[in-house]
Amino acid sequence: MNAIAKIDRRSFIVAAGAGGLSLGFSVPFASEAEAAVTQPEINAWVVIKPDDSVVIRVVRPDMGQGSLTGLAQLVAEELECDWSKVSVEYPTAGENVARKRVWGAMNSSGSQAIRSSQDYVRRGGAAARLMLTQAAANEWQVPVAECKVDKGVVSHASGKQASYGELAKAAAEITPPDPKAIVLKDAKDWTIAGKPLKRLDTLGKVTGERVFGTDVKVPGMLLAAIRACPVNGGKVKSFDAARVEGMRGVKKVVQVGEDAVAVVADNFWNAKQAVLALPVEWDEGPNNKVSSATIAEFLKEGLTTDKTFIGNKAGDAAGALAADGVRKISATYNYSFQNHAPMEPMNATAVFTPDRCEAWVPTQNAEAALAGVIQASGLPAAKCEVYAVGVGGGFGRKGRADYVIQAVLIAKQMPGTPIKLIWTREEDMQHCSFHPITQCEMTASLDKDGVPTAWKMRISGQSIIASLAPERLENGMDPAVFMGLTPASPEGMFGYNIPNVLIDHAMRNTHLVAGFWRGVNSNHNAIYVESFIDELAHEAKQDPLEFRRKLLKPKQLAVLNAAAEKAGYGKPLPPGHFHGLSSMHTFGSYVAACAEVSVTDGKLKIHRISAATDPGNVVNPMLVERQVAGSFVYGLSALLYGEITVRNGAVEQTNFDTYNVMRIDEMPHVDVVVMPSGGWWGGVGEPTISVAAPAVLNAVFAATGKRVRSFPLMKQDLRTS
Amino acid sequence: MAVLNVNGQSMSADVDPRTPLLWVIRDALGLTGTKYGCGIAQCGCCTVHIDGVAARSCQIPVASAAGKKITTIEGLAVDGKLSKVQQAWLDGEVPQCGYCQSGMIMAVSSLLQAKPQPTDADIDAAITNICRCGTYQQVREAIHAAAKA
Repeated sequence: MNAIAKIDRRSFIVAAGAGGLSLGFSVPFASEAEAAVTQPEINAWVVIKPDDSVVIRVVRPDMGQGSLTGLAQLVAEELECDWSKVSVEYPTAGENVARKRVWGAMNSSGSQAIRSSQDYVRRGGAAARLMLTQAAANEWQVPVAECKVDKGVVSHASGKQASYGELAKAAAEITPPDPKAIVLKDAKDWTIAGKPLKRLDTLGKVTGERVFGTDVKVPGMLLAAIRACPVNGGKVKSFDAARVEGMRGVKKVVQVGEDAVAVVADNFWNAKQAVLALPVEWDEGPNNKVSSATIAEFLKEGLTTDKTFIGNKAGDAAGALAADGVRKISATYNYSFQNHAPMEPMNATAVFTPDRCEAWVPTQNAEAALAGVIQASGLPAAKCEVYAVGVGGGFGRKGRADYVIQAVLIAKQMPGTPIKLIWTREEDMQHCSFHPITQCEMTASLDKDGVPTAWKMRISGQSIIASLAPERLENGMDPAVFMGLTPASPEGMFGYNIPNVLIDHAMRNTHLVAGFWRGVNSNHNAIYVESFIDELAHEAKQDPLEFRRKLLKPKQLAVLNAAAEKAGYGKPLPPGHFHGLSSMHTFGSYVAACAEVSVTDGKLKIHRISAATDPGNVVNPMLVERQVAGSFVYGLSALLYGEITVRNGAVEQTNFDTYNVMRIDEMPHVDVVVMPSGGWWGGVGEPTISVAAPAVLNAVFAATGKRVRSFPLMKQDLRTS
Repeated sequence: MAVLNVNGQSMSADVDPRTPLLWVIRDALGLTGTKYGCGIAQCGCCTVHIDGVAARSCQIPVASAAGKKITTIEGLAVDGKLSKVQQAWLDGEVPQCGYCQSGMIMAVSSLLQAKPQPTDADIDAAITNICRCGTYQQVREAIHAAAKA
């Protein structure tokens, strides 16, 4: 079926050191079938063209976190090519399936993009180098060990040399080496990886040429706007299409699945006007009795239940808390639902015929999107395809395929017509998979010297895994709830050496879907632990840094010390300024922050945050710094303003006027100490977000004597008199 | 039929006169560098210049833009040369995901027209665009760099 446009991958190739600036309007899709990924390839990761240009394949989506550039750096490092000749291309999910997943997982989530693929992408780059070198040795009939490589040129002591471009054809014929036998370079010898190289994909973001999901154009395309039942779990009972079918530009009014209606029109504005005007009767179901107050009561009950999942148990916390001569301290905290609110709302473009279904999706996981297309189209995998296009912010939300499925379900009702579905911001605000809501009660005991003898922590609230992937529960338990709280997981340990510990979870799921939201469960876990540790320090009448130093495990202490030193902790501050600390081990990395704030007449000003991170290895320190600073904006927006509330089963917030976020005037200056200590690979995009909020909260306490345990902060009275 | 002057060219679109300029630019004229973020003038993703001044195009009915000089992100560079704000953005590696940056660049370009050497306070007051990736620190640095360029 030729009516289905094929993507022109060339428009998604981004080049390093591209001198020329094309200002012509890029045409993202050609009308004729293209070859699959660029050929000829040396292996799945590397293509070398006769002009010596190098195309590196990357399959982990880049939503701005820098994985595209970072992964290319890792391949180029082992390939030993000329970085200025590198460009990147993104194979499709369908190609990955057809080639038996030669590129592995295609998701960017869980701060996994670099760390989970660094080993095999480096081996891919190294294998290509070995094949190119072998091709030269064969050509020259010399031992391969006598050949050297420098920036894409193979040479021999005899004076012979050949460029990768000249060798590529022969190299592609050589039997690839056993990847396991390849010895990778030591990080200390890196010349491309580990360096603060510029991103490969910035230019299109400053000219407006980058094609995000909302910008996809397919010939003959129509636009769709959608409304799902405002109460999650509810359904469409009936709707009166005739009332809007005559509106300007309207082409079709459709039901989408059981719970949504959509209007297809000639432009988005007309589609939106009509879908808002469409009379719909909803069957809201029993969830319309749920409110924020009923959810709070439901979670509160979980604080005292005896049916829990235990995530960390050491010694006898109950016994130690009951011992004579200890001082018991208790506190209860809570953290609300948050919306991801990426600047680009959910959207997808799909075209369906009985023979084939294709979708263009801003996705964090092209394979999940492909699975959605297969499911919604009812076609076999071989007849489905997903083209991953620019992602305008993801933060965990765009790993789901709900919006892809909707686009296909609409397209299915207009076979042959490409449909671009865009959610309004209001739709996006209501139908998120929200940051989970939790409450937490902690009790600790201090001995006569102010040393903690027991730590008991009960989290009551939602499980993301139960919401999105219940098959991954372990005997009903969601282990991800305990991010940063486990006894020994390399993914994130409870940082404090306290002899008696009990940390458990009372799972209380609500009708709102819980989802992966940048930082995931680390966000509230860090607020709870780091605020309460600070409470204990003050109860013990000790400096919060000194108190932590006696308890923290070594690598976590190292980052805390680095952040404190960067901030000048303990040295005189401007009048009215105060410091607050926090640290965490999560997503495999050690992170810490020291915030400097002032509170004047109840108004908080965050002046500066000094941060430190030890992710084991660092591929691009500049991009790490930007991830740290950016994550602080995301985390602090939630702390200051973020709260999704529920009334009559529906989300009350509608847009950025009721779900506020930080602007530039509230941005603290952020300093970042990047201190990889080697030996493992931790994450970058998410770990640091968790330490921003508690550092600020602890500084607020230092400034005001007020311990804030309920959020968002804007609802709290910080006046001191 | 709305007739508009966009990036120095006369363009026409068969749309309802109440249609926000944003959707005419994007869907009818195909200039997708200008983004939709909220539709209620909160986020600034849709910022364009109207007669040289930054405006949030989601709030402007296309009928009221007729006869005015509209510039979008695609019209900033001249003869293939980036504007100084775009160049500062490129040099300073400002964007992360990049979705808000068209609007951010348009807002900053307008600010620098009005105040060629803005203070941090000027920036705080004038630049109210939302960036969820949190590029604000790089945005501020790039504004000062562009002011010096």
